Amino acid sequence: MNFDVEVRITLKPGILDPEARAIQHALADLGFPTKKLSSARVFSIALEAKDRAGAEETARQMCERLLANPVIHHYEVEVRA
Amino acid sequence: MRFAVVQFGGSNCDLDAAHVLRDVCGVDTDLRWYKDGLGKGYDAVIIPGGFSYGDYLRAGAIAARTPVMDEIVRHTKNGGLALGICNGAQIAAESGLVPGTFAINAYPKFLCRPTHLRVENSATPFTTLFREGEVIRLPIAHKEGRFMADPAVLAALDAEKRIVFRFSDAEGRVTEDANPNGSTGNITGVLGKGGNFLAMMPHPERASEEVLGSEDGKRIFLSMIRHIEEHG
Repeated sequence: MNFDVEVRITLKPGILDPEARAIQHALADLGFPTKKLSSARVFSIALEAKDRAGAEETARQMCERLLANPVIHHYEVEVRA
Repeated sequence: MRFAVVQFGGSNCDLDAAHVLRDVCGVDTDLRWYKDGLGKGYDAVIIPGGFSYGDYLRAGAIAARTPVMDEIVRHTKNGGLALGICNGAQIAAESGLVPGTFAINAYPKFLCRPTHLRVENSATPFTTLFREGEVIRLPIAHKEGRFMADPAVLAALDAEKRIVFRFSDAEGRVTEDANPNGSTGNITGVLGKGGNFLAMMPHPERASEEVLGSEDGKRIFLSMIRHIEEHG
């Protein structure tokens, strides 16, 4: 079966995100003060799997082995269809 | 004795490293394209600086998953020496050869400048020609060099004397002002578990000739050569 999976990689809480901070400063310079800003990385993946659980498990392995760095990242997997 | 310098697409300090090894240190050195693997046995392997795979995903992340890295892991498990410089250090962290990670600099800008480092451990195969506590001068050139690790990992690195270099001022004081990229504890050189893999962000190959302003880097390569001569 074909599945669309979305993987979302974020920094773990408390990990400094210098790029987000720079963007926040740039937004403030444009007149958009913000209280908080964080960034995330999203991968949209189409894959084949036996079932929904299999698609989710494959995407999790992708995160563990390449897409995320366990030292600094947290990841979420959502199987869409 | 034979050294290998591994080349990935996007490596750009490979020729500098090979030049210093061959022409300055006088040791036989092969450039090895990563797809060709390590081939015959080497006494030491250098993973040079650069932008392997354009730093896509994370610096070093993709190169770390190539088969030649499995060979380098085996090489170090068998006691061989290996040195990861800059992108090579990022690749090593992504491969698990050293713990922790090199995250984007605290001020997210590419930094290219000379730095002072304090030698924290002179009893490693890479630093026997230095004095403990000696301050040396090597340049950095990176945007993702902020060393980070879990507190438990940091404590273990400290206890096992696996921290080799810290950013310091010219007097050897490890201060926040002397920390160019926000690395935890100013750490910028760490050993792998067996003590025979060194990952470092500064570039010793760019400071190995008097004409370049410092020869401190050369002593890292000469320390490796001496270690191989003495231990085979």
